[in-house]
Amino acid sequence: MSASVTTSRKWRKPPMIKNPLMRWALISASLIYLVLAFGSFDVNWARVYEGLDRGWTFILAFSHPDFASRWSDISDGMIESAIMTVTSTAFGILISIPIGLGAARNIAPLPVYIVCRGIIAISRALHEIIVAILLVAIFGFGPFAGFVTLSFATIGFLAKLLAEDIEDTDKSQAEAIKATGASWWQWVTYGIQPQVMPRLIGLSMYRLDINFRESAILGLVGAGGIGATLNTAFDRYEFDTAAAIIIIIIVVVMALEYLSGIIRARLQ
Amino acid sequence: MAVSTNLEGQKVWMVRDRDAQLKRWLIYFVSVAVVVYCWMIISDATTWFFVFDAPRIAADIGGRAMPPKWSYINELWEPLWDTINIATIGTVLSLIIAVPVAFMAARNTTPHQVFCRGPALLLIVSSRSINSLIWALLLVAIIGPGIFAGTIAIALRSIGFCAKLLYEAIEEIDEKQVEAITATGASRWQVMAYAIVPQIMPSFAGITVFRWDINIRESTVLGLVGAGGLGLQMSSSLNVLAWPQVSLIIFVIFIAVIISEMVSAKVRSAII
Repeated sequence: MSASVTTSRKWRKPPMIKNPLMRWALISASLIYLVLAFGSFDVNWARVYEGLDRGWTFILAFSHPDFASRWSDISDGMIESAIMTVTSTAFGILISIPIGLGAARNIAPLPVYIVCRGIIAISRALHEIIVAILLVAIFGFGPFAGFVTLSFATIGFLAKLLAEDIEDTDKSQAEAIKATGASWWQWVTYGIQPQVMPRLIGLSMYRLDINFRESAILGLVGAGGIGATLNTAFDRYEFDTAAAIIIIIIVVVMALEYLSGIIRARLQ
Repeated sequence: MAVSTNLEGQKVWMVRDRDAQLKRWLIYFVSVAVVVYCWMIISDATTWFFVFDAPRIAADIGGRAMPPKWSYINELWEPLWDTINIATIGTVLSLIIAVPVAFMAARNTTPHQVFCRGPALLLIVSSRSINSLIWALLLVAIIGPGIFAGTIAIALRSIGFCAKLLYEAIEEIDEKQVEAITATGASRWQVMAYAIVPQIMPSFAGITVFRWDINIRESTVLGLVGAGGLGLQMSSSLNVLAWPQVSLIIFVIFIAVIISEMVSAKVRSAII
């Protein structure tokens, strides 16, 4: 009796998953999975070892990035990336707003809701690169395909979050506007829009940042931007130029993040 | 817009004063001007003939791609398995590095404000700025093509994401619990284990599943640069213009992403 009391009185950390059977099943399942997954890894260690030298050269390249010798290519690519980012974000926001309104269950009728949610699901499921490949095949090489790709990707992100935000809005405000006899448009402008606007601006700034990062890879499949230059630099093992491009991307992303932080802080 | 007038049409009230209104219009004007200018440059770089011709080309490609070549699915199971492994192992590897980095980057747990927090934040922002496809491109050049390069690429990109969300969660913890544990005379590690970790555990699990879901989507395309998975099949099908195979691969990717998203949503709602 006393023994059982002492053992049961000894405090132990409560486990995260209560049911012991479930816990052990999950742990053993993940272990089996990890073994199987690592088993299917076919690593050519000799090749990796050979590559370490090159990896080291690449890391060293960051200490002396070469901005100068390919500057015209770099600056053209960066300007194209920036242009694609700005236009596609602006255009993406313009399309996302109606789709976001349509995908909010509390203000849209069911058929509209289903169509808008479908558009969002497709846009979110397909990676930008896949969309870009298809659009390059359709529109031809150049920034236009990249612009359409990024606008399309913006819809999946912005419209989804906007719709969720609208669904979370305070009902009493919207009802108060409706009680004044407002039309649907007035209801949305005065009952809903003021509630979601600060977050919409914050999300748009965040999306600008994402679009810039994504525009850096679209060049790999011929959809314009800095990616093509970066790809060429890697292919030619010009690691110092590649390092320069990566440093520029990091700096721009940091600057955008800082800027969006300031704007969001001022809005809230 | 929001202006009230009296019966004679004179303004009696408006939302913003004149300066604020002018400033607002100036911001609108500059933004529209920038967008229009950027659009002009894109428009100059575009061959509009191709764009106007696009519906025909799209219909043509669509006609070739439909119906998908269903028998090709037997060659897709292995790349699909690889894709899932790249995403899962990549997430696990990234967490091993992201957790210490997050503790170093959080204001309330960092050992040193400048020498630990600075490098940790720099690591986070660099990892976040570079797309996993670029990491893959780089790693394929360094350690050769294959799923190993893809896994490391996913891991490198995920470190920044996970560490950023995790250090924000650490900064938001309830300090009272930390104080209570410290008051019992607990060591630094005990404080971490009993006061901080239990508080961030739910967000840690949420972040992990969330990033895993994103990684499934990203790992489907890594093959395009030679880093293994479904993308490899896709790029070889594209190279020989086998559109029925491409449409099947896109369909498989679509299903895989939807399932992973459902799993992640389910797990997250179970945690929270």
